[in-house]
Amino acid sequence: MSELLEIRDLRKSFGALAVTDGVSLSVAEGELHAVIGPNGAGKTTLIAQLSGQLSPDSGLVLYDGEDITHLDMATRVRRGLARSFQITALLPGMSVLENVALAVQARSGSSFRFWRDAGDEEITNAQARVALEEVGLADRASVLASALSHGEQRQLELAVALATKPRLLLLDEPLAGTGGQEAERLIALMQRLKSRLTIVLIEHDMDAVFQLADRVSVLVYGAIAATGSPEAVRADPAVRAAYLGEGA
Amino acid sequence: MSALAPRLKAALALFVLMALVPPLVTALGDPFLTVVANRMLVFAIAALSLDLILGYGAMVSFGHAAYLGFGAYAVALGARWGVSDLLAQILLGMAMSAGFALVTGAISLRTKGVYFIMITLAFAQMAYFFFVAQSSLGGDDGVALQARSSLLGVSLEGDLALYYVTLGALVAIYAGLYRLTGSRFGRVLKGTRENALRMQAMGYRPFPYQLIAYVIAACLCSVAGVLLANLTEYVSPAYMGWHRSGELIVMLVFGGIGTLTGAVAGALVAVGLEEVLAIFSDHWRLGFGLVLVLVVLFSPDGLTGLAKRLGIGGSKDV
Repeated sequence: MSELLEIRDLRKSFGALAVTDGVSLSVAEGELHAVIGPNGAGKTTLIAQLSGQLSPDSGLVLYDGEDITHLDMATRVRRGLARSFQITALLPGMSVLENVALAVQARSGSSFRFWRDAGDEEITNAQARVALEEVGLADRASVLASALSHGEQRQLELAVALATKPRLLLLDEPLAGTGGQEAERLIALMQRLKSRLTIVLIEHDMDAVFQLADRVSVLVYGAIAATGSPEAVRADPAVRAAYLGEGA
Repeated sequence: MSALAPRLKAALALFVLMALVPPLVTALGDPFLTVVANRMLVFAIAALSLDLILGYGAMVSFGHAAYLGFGAYAVALGARWGVSDLLAQILLGMAMSAGFALVTGAISLRTKGVYFIMITLAFAQMAYFFFVAQSSLGGDDGVALQARSSLLGVSLEGDLALYYVTLGALVAIYAGLYRLTGSRFGRVLKGTRENALRMQAMGYRPFPYQLIAYVIAACLCSVAGVLLANLTEYVSPAYMGWHRSGELIVMLVFGGIGTLTGAVAGALVAVGLEEVLAIFSDHWRLGFGLVLVLVVLFSPDGLTGLAKRLGIGGSKDV
């Protein structure tokens, strides 16, 4: 099994608090690897270090066999490592299509073009529409991102990440704040995506995690408490005590 | 494109109106008003250039008048060196502005928010005091110009000639910025304004885009400086003081930020208001302040916001 992402003994402290306390983890090409854990376990901090938003104090992040521990976010994205945000981070004053088109533009051709109308770029717009189609937002293309419902904004988050043409997708609680039909639509979308992408999924919704994940890692107090198949993790007594026992 | 047409139309109407001002005021028997109108056009150019970084780039520079000063001093220096051609002076002004903006912009862009405002103010004040210290250029008092510049051999001594050259420059710069803000580069700038972290997560490094916009805005503002010096036939450090930088921001607030057309409208109204209020009282700034308060309270998007609500058009560029 070839590893696309490998994390070796990653450590990050904020003051005296070790938020990431020696995490080692590997994600195989093509798998959907879910990371679960109670609130404050350091899941978002872990994603931030994988995506380049935060720099770890020590340890290694290997992507496709290369050390990317100290590359900035933009470089990682260009190498195919995209992320979505837990708290929706869109370009609110721009249209849905423009949000996605900017992600397409970032990987196709120079952005130091000062004259031609970017809105008229048919190829860029067409690729953006494909991503919107994929998440089911095609009919909302000309609406301002700020005018979308919460669930639609979560869909747009995914469309933007997909438009960067990633090999590895880091999803930080894509279902946060959604429910019912919205959540079901997003779960179906992730189901489709996992057949062609490697995904690291952080999620609180246990039903979704056990439905989607090939493997699950449980993060407790900044360290991995268990890794394995959903069934094995669910049955692990240590995990039940630390996490699932809390009421999930 | 069609969604943007209203603000383009509004700008076109403003330009046509301004083109008609000289014959109108001459017919009314008050040709001096041409000089006042010319002043409006000069500040419209300066406000437009500020709109690129403040409105589209969310870089609130409190030192933009420095480039008005570099443009003006390019004329004074040109006159001393025997360079009287307007284009050569513009090139000189742009070169000085680009150099200053490149260095100070690269440093200022390391900061954000209030710190960016303060650091741009500080750099502009350094430039201000540099020219105050140049006794050969009149120091604090400034220096009077012997003559206006010429453009390709044609003298701009006449008020009409200078007026239409200024209007031409304004239209050209408006058109250029209209294209720029709609281009790939403009989109990245706007995206960074909306959410810099998201742009990084798409694979962009915002810094070079912001710095280039900062330098372009500086160069365009120096064109206004060259024209201002020609209009007043006088160059002094007062052109680049922080009051002036503040006035440029006020013009944008008047007109509406991030629309280009609003910058032009705001400059016309602000300079016009200043002239009208000054007729009534020496304390015209009091009345000016009152109008500004009313605008901010009742029409936060300035004149363009007001026009939009009245259904005239001038939609915000998104």
